[in-house]
Amino acid sequence: MRFLKSFGRFWYDFIIGDDWKIAVSVVLALGVVVAAMSANLFGDTGLTILGGVAVVAFFAVSLAVDVRPKRKRGANRND
Amino acid sequence: MTAATWGLLVATFVACFVEMVEATTIVMAMGFTRSWRSAMTGVGAAIAVLAVFTAIAGYALTTWLPESALQLVIGGLLLIFGLQWLRKAILRSSGRKAVHDEDAIYRKEVETARAAGQPTGGIDMFSFMVSFKGVLLEGMEVVFIVITFGLNAKNVPIAILGAAAAVIAVLLIAAAAKRPLSMIPENLLKYGVGLLLASFGTFWAIEGTGIFRGGQESLHWPGGNAAIPVLLAAWFLLSRAFITALRAPSRPTSIEPTKEFAQ
Repeated sequence: MRFLKSFGRFWYDFIIGDDWKIAVSVVLALGVVVAAMSANLFGDTGLTILGGVAVVAFFAVSLAVDVRPKRKRGANRND
Repeated sequence: MTAATWGLLVATFVACFVEMVEATTIVMAMGFTRSWRSAMTGVGAAIAVLAVFTAIAGYALTTWLPESALQLVIGGLLLIFGLQWLRKAILRSSGRKAVHDEDAIYRKEVETARAAGQPTGGIDMFSFMVSFKGVLLEGMEVVFIVITFGLNAKNVPIAILGAAAAVIAVLLIAAAAKRPLSMIPENLLKYGVGLLLASFGTFWAIEGTGIFRGGQESLHWPGGNAAIPVLLAAWFLLSRAFITALRAPSRPTSIEPTKEFAQ
């Protein structure tokens, strides 16, 4: 059990790192592309551009969350 | 060599160089404070695990996965890594996060090593585990970068050459300096690597979403591979815009490394 926990922790540290919002942003952006593809909204060119815009948009939101004023938390961590 | 080959060589060299600097700081702290033998045993064990993982992952990725799934998996991972690096570069450049400081990380790690008590002969498990985990975590990213960049360019040997050259370069600098490699402009290098990973990751991950359509055929960017430099330029301009928009009135001065010395 302890090994499994350590194993899971290693992969969490490796993929998610210290900011889960980035991984969520990427998943959401790719989800938007898949949804648009399923709905036959665009061709390849439209889908790739939509994907690029979605990645940037979700990344911007994650940055906005990072820099929003915090009431109780301390200073930013350095890593 | 062609421009694409040079690009591959430089990309893998710089990415591996940055990761190696971080791993070297951890190992040096363990070696100078506790036990070089245990630290180097941890490094050897991590390299052995990485070699096995590389062989298995490389074989599995190229043998079992359709092209679009391969692009989605490796592109998605590269995009996550790239955006994490880019996020930190943006926050640091805009003054909202303290800059990465190898000297501070080294001091923090030395304090932790001393607080763990004295080694009691034989293998010092503290030095071994900290060195093992540090090299494994940093090395795993290098493995993904080498495999993904190498496979895409259909030139894995050049990608390995770039990574190996970086390992040798960092080891030579560390051996000559005998102290943390804080003289290396790590924050600037990380910004560059973040841009590269984000650009390639965006390209491949979005192409790979084609796995979810009939025929599982990858999506095609307008202009094909020519879209990659366009994405690189776009990420650079966007990052500069984010830095300008988020610029804080004053820079933080406190340094507090995370436990894994992340990226």
